[in-house]
Amino acid sequence: MQPFRTVTGIAAPLLRANIDTDMIIPVQRLVGASRDGLGPYGFERFRYLADGSDNPEFPLNRKAFRTAPILLAGENFGCGSSREGAVWTLMGMGLRCVIAPSFGDIFHNNCFQNGLLPVRLPEALIRRIAEAVEASPGNARVTVDLERQEVITPWGEAVPFAVDARKKQAMLEGLDEIALTKQRAEEIAAWQARDRAARPWAWDSVS
Amino acid sequence: MARTLFDKIWDSHVVADLGEGWSLLHIDRVLLHDLSGARALREVAERGHALARPDLVFATPDHAVSTAPGRTAETFAGGAATLHGLRQRARETGIRLFDLGQPGNGIVHVMAPELAIVLPGLTLVCGDSHTCTNGGVGALAFGVGASELTHVLATQTLMQRRPRNLRLRYEGRLGAGVTAKDMILAAIGRYGTAAGTGFAVEYAGSAVRALPLEARLTLCNLSIEMGAKMGMVAPDDTSFEYLAGRRFAPRGAQWEAALAAWRALPSDPDAHFDVEHSLDASAIAPQITWGNSPEQVVAVTDPVPQPRHAGDRAALDYMGLEAGRPIAGTKVDWVFIGSCTNSRLSDLREAAAVLGARRVAPGVTAWVVPGSEQVKRDAEAEGLHARFQAAGFEWREPGCSLCVAANGETVPSGARCVSTSNRNFVGRQGTGARTHLASPAMAAAAALTGAIADVRSLG
Ligand code: SF4
Repeated sequence: MQPFRTVTGIAAPLLRANIDTDMIIPVQRLVGASRDGLGPYGFERFRYLADGSDNPEFPLNRKAFRTAPILLAGENFGCGSSREGAVWTLMGMGLRCVIAPSFGDIFHNNCFQNGLLPVRLPEALIRRIAEAVEASPGNARVTVDLERQEVITPWGEAVPFAVDARKKQAMLEGLDEIALTKQRAEEIAAWQARDRAARPWAWDSVS
Repeated sequence: MARTLFDKIWDSHVVADLGEGWSLLHIDRVLLHDLSGARALREVAERGHALARPDLVFATPDHAVSTAPGRTAETFAGGAATLHGLRQRARETGIRLFDLGQPGNGIVHVMAPELAIVLPGLTLVCGDSHTCTNGGVGALAFGVGASELTHVLATQTLMQRRPRNLRLRYEGRLGAGVTAKDMILAAIGRYGTAAGTGFAVEYAGSAVRALPLEARLTLCNLSIEMGAKMGMVAPDDTSFEYLAGRRFAPRGAQWEAALAAWRALPSDPDAHFDVEHSLDASAIAPQITWGNSPEQVVAVTDPVPQPRHAGDRAALDYMGLEAGRPIAGTKVDWVFIGSCTNSRLSDLREAAAVLGARRVAPGVTAWVVPGSEQVKRDAEAEGLHARFQAAGFEWREPGCSLCVAANGETVPSGARCVSTSNRNFVGRQGTGARTHLASPAMAAAAALTGAIADVRSLG
């Protein structure tokens, strides 16, 4: 996992609610694909016109927002399919942080597995940040500091955000969770032996 | 202390308490499908791990395979390499693969209960958000992403933060023509697509107790559409009768021991739920979605609602609908009966019962895609396929098909499809396709009339 500490840059507004992972990356792009190289297909049904050219109405196509590392989104961002490809796609587009009022559960977990920071802020505040960004496209900057759990708005206010302590630590350090869990191999084996004695039916039925 | 069904299963699977609400949970069963499964097996190998317990891992190709009659692995060329990869990894690792044409093959959330791979009180994961379907037998089942799936395959455990408990009660009796699909769509319409975020949902109440097991699977299937990773129904005699004698169900003395354990699973009478909702089952009418989120849903007797915000307007525009007009009577081009929501034998029976001697309306393309090889065989044994075919439906091979459009099967751009699946997202059934979610009976009614129709008015 790519560690995350802090990011400063342009925040691109995409405030529509219920942006699902099918919208972020259509499933056809994931059949047989590797996790790298998905960036160009991000939001493709919205980002391109029928002839393949850029849709000028799509916010991330605007010059000021093309290289934004932060996305401002609407509620329930990343709902729907569990495809982790949605996170790989957003990172492939250069994003490191998504700020939304709420997130789909599985997407939220997937973010932390890869180093894309999901930040929950109140909807009204996200709207204000979006307005500030629109007032000065390309100049208004936002900072997201995971260590301090703060978003610095374009007008310089430091707004705290909540993050699960365990996930925060894993993200700051870019932890390998499998390696961590494998250190508990004996505990796992002991649990399995106990459980097999207590619930033989759960084991013997498939062996 | 009084505990919920969810609490009991969670607590009994904690290998280590990691603090602050986190646990290392044991995962009793892992399901793999061709898309996420093949990738995760490769990832485990590339990272130098072995599978922790290949005997607890079960795989089936469903997403990226053609469902055309007579299909092979190559019929949908785009998925062939993925399927070959899955076959090869299955051979190398010794996991059980239920391949095309074999009993056991099918949509992953259809085959797992069918084979009793999932049992009450077990924990189960799959790299697929609709894994919550399996909660219908009283298991703790949820979808995970690729990284978490890799973690489970390599360790047979998963680090999870305990969700909160939400109970959704349905009291009263369902009306004629109203199904589990309508029950859950009505709840999503009322409470919204984020109502379950951060919760494990338990469906309860007299109307849920009265549901056959397959209908409980349908109910749990759409938990994720309400935001909840996990949805479950307490196991009871209905569940035990369904599971008894299935391929991986316990037998003999172990069956008796399992039954004793399962009877202790239901939530204690005074168990605490963080949130409780209650719905009157008798007031639910057949539902149909009008937009691009499952919460954009109405009773089929209602008009298309007035837009409340820009998202609603975008959905009306995409769907080609006008607010204020009755949704019934909207012309349809396609009908799809299938998906892990509604492709089991009981679903096909319900749809076939609506047909009578009538035929699919001219200009409508109608497909039935059974959820598994077993469903297909059982349906054929009782002649359902012949009834569908006589009415003008195509009878196909099992798979995800038009639910996901990852297999070369798509609804054409601009075409309107009544679908028994679970997602009406923009482009879900193909670029530009317009999806209306409904029950199998409602889908059959739409096929016969060539328009969205109230199944109760067909007679
Ligand atoms: S039928 Fe649809 S929702 Fe179900 S597993 Fe397949 S693609 Fe997913």
